[in-house]
Amino acid sequence: MNTDEMKAKLSEYLAKEMLKQPNRTIKPDEALLTSGLIDSFHLVDLALFVEDNFGVHIDDSELNASTFDSLNGLVALIQSRQ
Amino acid sequence: MPTFSTLLKAHYEITPDKVSVIILQAGKPDRPITYRELIKGASGYASTLTKNGIQPGDVVLLILQHGIDLLYAYFGAILHGAIPSIMPFLTEKLLPERYRSDLAALISVTQPTAIVTYRDFETEVRAALKPGEDSVKAVLLSDMVDGAGTPDFDTLGGLQRKPEDIVLLQHSSGTTGLQKGVALSHQAVINQLSDYSKAIHLSDSDVFVSWLPLYHDMGLIACWLMPILMGYPLVIMSPFEWIRAPYRLLQAVSRYKGTLSWLPNFAYNFCAQKIRDRDLEGVDLSTWRAVSNCSEPMRWDSQNAFSERFRKLGLRPEAMTTCYAMAENVFAVTQGGIDGTVLYEDVDRDSLQIDKVARPAIPDKPTVRMLGAGKPIPNTQVKVLDGKGHTLPDRHVGEVALKSDCMLSGYYHRPDATEKAFIDGWYLTGDYGYLVDGELYITGRKKDLIIVGGKNIYPQDLELLAYEVPGVHAGRASAFGIFNEATGTEDVVIVAEVDSDDPDEKQKIADSIRVAVTRGSAVALRYVHLIGKHWLVKTSSGKTARSANREKFIKEMAEKGQEF
Repeated sequence: MNTDEMKAKLSEYLAKEMLKQPNRTIKPDEALLTSGLIDSFHLVDLALFVEDNFGVHIDDSELNASTFDSLNGLVALIQSRQ
Repeated sequence: MPTFSTLLKAHYEITPDKVSVIILQAGKPDRPITYRELIKGASGYASTLTKNGIQPGDVVLLILQHGIDLLYAYFGAILHGAIPSIMPFLTEKLLPERYRSDLAALISVTQPTAIVTYRDFETEVRAALKPGEDSVKAVLLSDMVDGAGTPDFDTLGGLQRKPEDIVLLQHSSGTTGLQKGVALSHQAVINQLSDYSKAIHLSDSDVFVSWLPLYHDMGLIACWLMPILMGYPLVIMSPFEWIRAPYRLLQAVSRYKGTLSWLPNFAYNFCAQKIRDRDLEGVDLSTWRAVSNCSEPMRWDSQNAFSERFRKLGLRPEAMTTCYAMAENVFAVTQGGIDGTVLYEDVDRDSLQIDKVARPAIPDKPTVRMLGAGKPIPNTQVKVLDGKGHTLPDRHVGEVALKSDCMLSGYYHRPDATEKAFIDGWYLTGDYGYLVDGELYITGRKKDLIIVGGKNIYPQDLELLAYEVPGVHAGRASAFGIFNEATGTEDVVIVAEVDSDDPDEKQKIADSIRVAVTRGSAVALRYVHLIGKHWLVKTSSGKTARSANREKFIKEMAEKGQEF
C-alpha cells in the first residue's frame, strides 16, 4: 500500500467511525488530536485499527500529539516501522 | 472528633512502615510509599508553605500530574492547615489561553495564596496572575520544595484545625464549574468516610485500585482520601495512562489482589470492548469484591458486558455494585450490591416517561431496565419531591433531595449559589428518580448538565465557545448530551443556526465550532448539526431550551435514519 492509499484508508476510517461523517475527507495535514477530531476515548481504537490493517504496533505511551497529530505524521510513523 | 491531620499523625506513629499508596507509572517500576515516607514528604511541603508566609486556612491550588509530587503536596497542605484544591492539568487539546482564563477565574473566586506546580509549567501559571492585584503570594515549584522532613506535630498548623473548619475544595471542570467550588469540612468528610466504609463493609483485606482523576469526588474521596486516611492500601494510576491502556487496571487488580474499585459507567463498556485478550494473560480478578458503578447514568447492559467479558478471569458477577454520589454530600448518597446482588427491575416505558410513575412491565409493551443505585448510607436521608416540594410516594418520579451530616459547608465564596441549593435544610440534587422500599432508582436529570465519562460539563460553557465562531450568532446554539448505548456514556451535540446554505461554507463553520469547543473546553463534540434560522426552540425568557432542542434533534435525525 502506498502513502496516499494509507492516508485514504485512515481518513475513511476516522470519518466513518469517529466523526460519523462518512462523506468527509480528512486532509493529510489536518490536526487530529489537538483539534479534538479524535478524542482520548478513541485512541485505543485507532491503535488497534493501525495494528490490524498495517501490522504496526503503536505503544500506548505514544498515543499523543507529540508522536503524531495528523495523517501525515501517523503514516510516517507507520512506515518507519513496516 | 478527629481531623485529617490527627488521622495522618496516628498512621505515622502507629504504622509508619505500612504501605499507603503504590503509584503505577508506564515504563517505570511501581513505587510503594509508606506512611512514614508520605508524612515526611508532606512535611517538606508544609515547611515550604510556612516559609512562604502561607497561613493555615488559606487555599493552596495544586496544578500537578498524578504522582508523588501531588501526593506530598496535597497532604503537605493538609498538615500545614491550608485548604488544598486540585486544578486539572493543561491537556494537549486545550488552548493555553483558555486554560489561563479558567485559572484566572478560579483564582478570582477562591482567592488562593499559593499555587504549586512544575518548573516547566511556571510560565503558564504566571501568565494567569496579576501581581499585586490578586491573592496569590507564592508560586511554588515542586523541585524547590523542602525535602522530606521529620514532622513537628506541635507546631504544624494542621493539628490546630477544628472539625468544622474547611479542609478542602473540589471543583468540576469548565468556566461554570471552576467558579463553584464545593467546600467541605473535616467533620463532613470524616462522617462520610465513617458511614460509607460501614456501607461497603471495609475490612483489613481490602485493597483499593484506581485510575480516577483526583479533581472529581469519586477519585478524590473514594480512591484517595478514604484509603489513605483510613489506612487501606491504594494502588493508583493516572487517568491519562488508563484511557490509552485500560488493561493496566485489570493487571493491577491481579498483581495487588485488589478488592475495590469505582468506575464511571462508560469504563465498563470501554474495558469490555477495547481490551485485548493478549494483555490479560495470567490476570486473575477473583479478589475484586466490589466494582462500583458511579458518577454517570448506570446501565445494566454496561455492567453485564463487563461481568460476562471478564468472568473467565475469575470476576464474580456479584462484584458488580452501584453507587449514587455527589460532591455536595462529600461523596456517596447510596450504595447498592454489597448486601446481596444489585437490584434491577423492568418497568413500563410509557408509564415512566408519560405518567412519571415506575410501574412494573406490562406484557407486550415496551420496557425500560432500571438499575438500582442502592439504599442510602446510614447518615444520609433521601426523599423524592414533586415540583412544589411535596414528598412523593414510592415509584413516583420526582427530584431527589437529601439531608445528612456530611453536607458541604457551602460553595466557596458563593453564598448566593449555596442558598439556592437548599430547601428547608434539604439539598436539591437536580436529578430525577424514584424510591422503592428505600432503594433509589435514578431516571434522569432536571439540570441542564452533560456527563461524559463521569465528567460534568455545563452546556452553557460549550455554547459560549460556539458563539465565538464567525457565522454563529450569540444565543443561536444549543449544547446537550445524548446517551450512546455502545459507549455507555453521553455523546456531546451542538446544534447551531447559521445563515449560509452553501455546503462548503457550512462544513467550514462546523469544523470551526468543533475546534473552538474542543480547544476551549477539552470536550470533543460527537455531532455538530447546523440548521437554518428559527430552528432552535427558545424558552419564554429567550434562552435556548436545551431539552426541547435535544428532542427535536433526535426526531430529525431519526427521520434521516440516524438512531440514538
